[in-house]
Amino acid sequence: MNFRTMTAAAAMLALTAPMLAAGGADDDTLIINEDLEITTKAAAAPHLDGHLDEVISGWHFRDDDTQAMEMDDFDNPGMIFVDQGIDQWNAVEGSEEKSCASCHGEPEEMAGVKAVYPKWNEEAGEVRTLQMQMNACREERMGAEPWKYDSADAINMEALLASVSRGMPVNVAIDGPAAEMWEKGKEMYYTRYGVLELSCANCHEQNYGNYIRADHLSQGQINAFPTYRLKNAKLNGSHDRFKGCIRDTRAETFSPGSPEFVALELYVASRGNGLDVEGPSVRN
Amino acid sequence: MKLTALTLAGVLVAGAALANGVAPDEVTYGEYGEVEASLSGAEGNADKGREIFSTKSMGNCVSCHAVSALPDVPFQGEVGPMLDGVGGYRSAEELRGIVANAKMTFEGTVMPAFYKTSGFIRPGDGYTGKAAEGPLEPILSAQDVEDVVAFLMTLQD
Ligand code: HEC
Ligand code: HEC
Repeated sequence: MNFRTMTAAAAMLALTAPMLAAGGADDDTLIINEDLEITTKAAAAPHLDGHLDEVISGWHFRDDDTQAMEMDDFDNPGMIFVDQGIDQWNAVEGSEEKSCASCHGEPEEMAGVKAVYPKWNEEAGEVRTLQMQMNACREERMGAEPWKYDSADAINMEALLASVSRGMPVNVAIDGPAAEMWEKGKEMYYTRYGVLELSCANCHEQNYGNYIRADHLSQGQINAFPTYRLKNAKLNGSHDRFKGCIRDTRAETFSPGSPEFVALELYVASRGNGLDVEGPSVRN
Repeated sequence: MKLTALTLAGVLVAGAALANGVAPDEVTYGEYGEVEASLSGAEGNADKGREIFSTKSMGNCVSCHAVSALPDVPFQGEVGPMLDGVGGYRSAEELRGIVANAKMTFEGTVMPAFYKTSGFIRPGDGYTGKAAEGPLEPILSAQDVEDVVAFLMTLQD
């Protein structure tokens, strides 16, 4: 290439560079506590053929300040709720006078569990989210009241279980008896709800990396849930997020814990297969 | 008695607004999605259209489209194409069709239909997350669409 074409190319680059910087995922690396490297980009699972080549954590679409908060447990407000989750883990409750610890030992014994949920439960004959499983333990083994879906107690515990699985790849099973529920979730993902007629895919598959007003669209992955949002200064569950996203299409939304959102969670979780568990994360 | 008078007034206003116009379900789209005549029967006002285009609670078009002629409007989106010069390469008829129901021009497009009241899945009551009650209003009125089209026609290179 001669000098002239090179300068022309450079000038072109300079012109297009700001646009490129505005969109897309950044190239930063997520290392938590200067120690634990998180896989935040991975080859998409085979079931995403023709839809996505690469799956990307929502972390890559946030600004540097928000990203930094997740890189140190002392700066991550979500970790306060993990501490509350540890207290709950050890609290004896219910008619059987047991705590989670009575059966499961240390929370670290649960490493890897979050990564495979939602998951088919053979005995119950249903797909269970982590919150459903926690409540099954409370009711059947502890004789305690179930926690309300996405309530503070349930989210604290989900955050604790996520935290001990950080750095382990999401690996949700979509075949066998879970397949039917997974298909339902997939159908929801591509349904254009509401007066705005927008599907999850319209925003998070077709337009990730683009700005919609002030919001930088991510792939809408849930590997990083629960997530501490600066906007409402609390930990948020994935069903709460689904509820808000469907509401924003000017639609009648669904409720946290509903069979529809259990199916959607299974499907969306499986879209993140290969990404590491990252919760509790920080988002805006 | 009061109630009847009120309802009657309501019907009269709604009727009057469309006296020379066309209701959302009755719009005729041409082969390429264009709409020939004014939806309200009146001319559009470009200044009002600019406001509708830029305001979140109205058209909120800027959430997806950038326009250089609106330097005062922050956070212009990138989901749709930038619209500079669109009034030069598209006719008012085409633009009216695109704003009323872009799916008639661009099959399967992400762009919402702004003058449409039926055929939705789980339509909500605004942004409350609750089910819509009673007949739906289009996102923009017939006159709003005309105003937006008038604004788009001012976007010339
Ligand atoms: C009108 C656009 C739009 C639609 C439709 C939409 N979302 Fe979102 N979603 C957003 C925006 C904006 C955000 C915040 C920025 C981001 O992380 O993408 C978001 C965030 C999310 C997040 C949080 C990601 C993270 O890393 O914190 C999840 C999960 C999500 N959406 C899932 C969904 C699902 C599932 C659907 C369909 C039921 C859906 N969204 C439909 C706009 C949308
Ligand atoms: C949720 C995103 C979204 C919103 C909101 C939106 N648009 Fe669009 N618009 C698009 C997309 C995407 C296209 C490109 C069409 C395609 O190929 O799908 C488009 C295309 C257009 C075009 C055609 C441009 C051309 O080059 O021919 C016009 C004009 C337009 N939009 C105007 C508007 C106006 C006016 C509003 C508000 C009343 C609006 N749009 C709101 C996404 C949007």
